[in-house]
Amino acid sequence: MGATKTTTDADFTADVLQSDKPVLVDFWAEWCGPCKMVAPVLEEIAAENSDKLTVVKLNIDENPGAARDYQIMSIPTMAVFQGGKIVKQIVGAKPKAAILKDLETFL
Amino acid sequence: MSDQQVRNAIVVGSGPSGYTAAIYLARAALEPLVFEGSVTAGGALMNTTDVENYPGFPDGVMGPQLMDDLRTQAERFGAELVTDDVVELDLAADPKVVKTATGTFYAKTVVLAMGSAYRNLDVPGESELSGRGVSWCATCDGFFFRDQDIVVVGGGDSAVEEATFLTRFARSVTMVHRRDALRASKIMQERAFNNDKIRFEWDSEVLEAVGTDRLEGVRLRNLKTGQEKVLDATGLFVAIGHDPRSELVKGQVELDDEGYVVVHRLHSTATDLPGVFAAGDLVDHTYRQAITAAGTGCAAALDAERYLTMLEDTPPEPHVGFDTGIPAEPPDRPEVQGGHGSAPAG
Repeated sequence: MGATKTTTDADFTADVLQSDKPVLVDFWAEWCGPCKMVAPVLEEIAAENSDKLTVVKLNIDENPGAARDYQIMSIPTMAVFQGGKIVKQIVGAKPKAAILKDLETFL
Repeated sequence: MSDQQVRNAIVVGSGPSGYTAAIYLARAALEPLVFEGSVTAGGALMNTTDVENYPGFPDGVMGPQLMDDLRTQAERFGAELVTDDVVELDLAADPKVVKTATGTFYAKTVVLAMGSAYRNLDVPGESELSGRGVSWCATCDGFFFRDQDIVVVGGGDSAVEEATFLTRFARSVTMVHRRDALRASKIMQERAFNNDKIRFEWDSEVLEAVGTDRLEGVRLRNLKTGQEKVLDATGLFVAIGHDPRSELVKGQVELDDEGYVVVHRLHSTATDLPGVFAAGDLVDHTYRQAITAAGTGCAAALDAERYLTMLEDTPPEPHVGFDTGIPAEPPDRPEVQGGHGSAPAG
């Protein structure tokens, strides 16, 4: 739905690691209440900043590989990848203003 | 989003109390505006799985599902729901002023239903290792601790619920509690005592979350013997209770020593400010259940409705230019920092 894209373990390299733009990866799962709460915030951020930042969602239930590779131990975790590496990690649902502040350097 | 209209009622917060207040206000045709909170929408139940004690659901109901349903019900009767955070309130003003990061809103009555926020341990390592083994949400993060050893701190219903839930994944769960008995309800206690994976460290407090990049252990002190030890663990789940989220109204309405909003009479949700009502975990030291929150949310809506009727029935004072005590136009107010005009960057 909306301005965010969905990625998978299989597409992770192409969608995230090889992206020219910074990519915010939302590690989430269906059974995670806070993930659902933060989802609309991420949609808004994606829509308002599509020229500078790509926002992709990765369901960790269906795609455990990337979560394991990047040692995600808490969801929602929102990790910004730039040049194939994590350059910023936001853990837990936060208000939009707080997330924007965390993302300041990429926007 | 911002408007100059003076609303009948604004509800600050969601969860069982906020949504129930919204349902009742909407059904009274008072068209409430509800600020649900951007990531706290739905309240504490959003972090739970099965709710087994909410009446009317013989097979239990998922917490987030229950909140979705309450929300839909409020919307059906005309409540306007906004997923945004209130950043400032002026409750003594007439009309009352409610500000979000992007707008200013006015209302004759305000129902406070901000609920509570989980309490931190305030020990070294806790915030550093947050998301690296330290967690406040078993349902979110239990998944990551398959076949590992986990510590749960606390002795109430939430702690026992989390510990029991975590045994689905964990190799072992050790409950650390300051006292020598659990506070949790008997049925929850039985479940924990009968679970082979759950162990107990009684009369103990957590001194430190140990680890560099990831949690490696939890340092404990036995309160009776004074002895310290480190339990090996890769997960630490904190469930030591909640504090009322009353920062927004501090200095405006009366709070008690623990920060709960004080309602003054038995069977009333009125605060010490006229037209301001409070409900749910924000006022409740004692019960803190979804159903009691829903109950006081309902009461707050009915109290607000009665107050609005009273305002209308009050005859205009001859020397005053308005008839309800509410000016037709909201007063001009200086913009606060972060008020509208300063939309979020990006």
